[in-house]
Amino acid sequence: MRVSKHPILGDYGADKKSVTITVNGQPMEALEGEPIAAALMANGIRAFRKTPILHHPRGIFCAIGRCTDCALTVDGIPNVRTCVTRVREGMKIETQDGLGEWGGIK
Amino acid sequence: MTYHTQVAVIGAGPAGLSAALEIASAGGKVTVFDENDRPGGQLFKQIHKFFGSSHHGAGVRGYHLGEELLQKCLDAGVEIKLNTVVYGLFPDNELGIVCNDQTHTVKADKILIATGASEKPLAFPGWDLPGVMGAGAAQTMVNINRVLPGQKFVMIGSGNVGLVVSYQIMQAGGQVVAIVEALPKVNGYSVHANKVKRYGVPIYTSHTIKEAVGTDQVEKVVIQEIGPGFVPVPGTEKELDADTVCLAVGLTPSVELAKMAGVQITHIPKLGGFVPLHGKDMRTTDENIYVAGDVSGIEEASTAMESGRLAGCSIAEAIGALNADAAEVRRKEINERINQLRSGIHGEARRDNKGIIVRRYEEWLAAK
Repeated sequence: MRVSKHPILGDYGADKKSVTITVNGQPMEALEGEPIAAALMANGIRAFRKTPILHHPRGIFCAIGRCTDCALTVDGIPNVRTCVTRVREGMKIETQDGLGEWGGIK
Repeated sequence: MTYHTQVAVIGAGPAGLSAALEIASAGGKVTVFDENDRPGGQLFKQIHKFFGSSHHGAGVRGYHLGEELLQKCLDAGVEIKLNTVVYGLFPDNELGIVCNDQTHTVKADKILIATGASEKPLAFPGWDLPGVMGAGAAQTMVNINRVLPGQKFVMIGSGNVGLVVSYQIMQAGGQVVAIVEALPKVNGYSVHANKVKRYGVPIYTSHTIKEAVGTDQVEKVVIQEIGPGFVPVPGTEKELDADTVCLAVGLTPSVELAKMAGVQITHIPKLGGFVPLHGKDMRTTDENIYVAGDVSGIEEASTAMESGRLAGCSIAEAIGALNADAAEVRRKEINERINQLRSGIHGEARRDNKGIIVRRYEEWLAAK
């Protein structure tokens, strides 16, 4: 859920351009310049990737690019830290199961 | 390609920027490196009013202090290289950096490590489920990214981070179901605790989280009372209807680069764990490497800024930009303010533990 109104920080989002990204092929609205992780959460997605061995779901943990729990495949590049990577129009996000693939090579 | 700068500062948070300003004001050439695309470290997500004296911006919100500091740095001619990861520190004052997918080396006369800290995790069944996150992560999401990472939150830890972030989650429209504290009493300032209590948030002292339950994400949280010796008391479990668990159980200094540089590290549990050994002037056991801010022991933003100024002053003196007398006067001023910040029931423990680091450094120096 977006925090569009805030008692200290004021309104947010109305002046931001919206962009369309795709998540596993599904188009989704995001605000230009926001981190991918924020866009996913604003769209109700909290389980981002699955772990390599047990395939357990993972979401964000640190949100500042330290822990890599939020890593996903972005425009074909695996293991991108989505909490510190900003969305762009047309960006293709794929939730990642395991370590991800580089151009089909595991 | 190899670049040269007089002083390299790693980390554009409150400590790094304060140091850079100190050095640039004295006439030194400083380059600050930060891996993020915006400067300020964690200062810009602090939307609460700061305490302390007027010098520490008492009554001013953290992000306003950040904006002011950043502007002063730019006015003073500090160069800030963003989107630049410092991946290594090598012999002869060499930094390895990655910028625009390319690696470079930077040679500096003096290096300041101001890499900050990261949040400590806490292990319990279900701690890896989506919906369990650091309290700082939730704070970043609501205050910077303006997205609530859940709806019903359980905060683990009632230190200042736990209390402040709980309040900020409510300001953003989230519900805080409970604050859980292992100690028998609330751990943070009562001014912060009273703010959340006024909104009816229960604080469960002498309690811990037993588990986070859910399949693909947190669906409920079980907490439990703990007795003497922090042993859970069977039969005291309470189920809380919550979808998010925030962990505010402390921070640990980000010492990776300091370790790589080979400076001596000491263990101070009260300041977050492993900390680079350093003297009163913030110099490490490598004469060209200094530390400041949370990497030199976990405190808070005002102290981080002062320790940055202290390191900056020492570096300015070491590169000849500031004469010894002027540096001494300046350090005295800064230290007086640091002593104010390290007073009171919360500050004294930090002061004593910082004293242990300095003592160990001086022993090392004497034995050298």
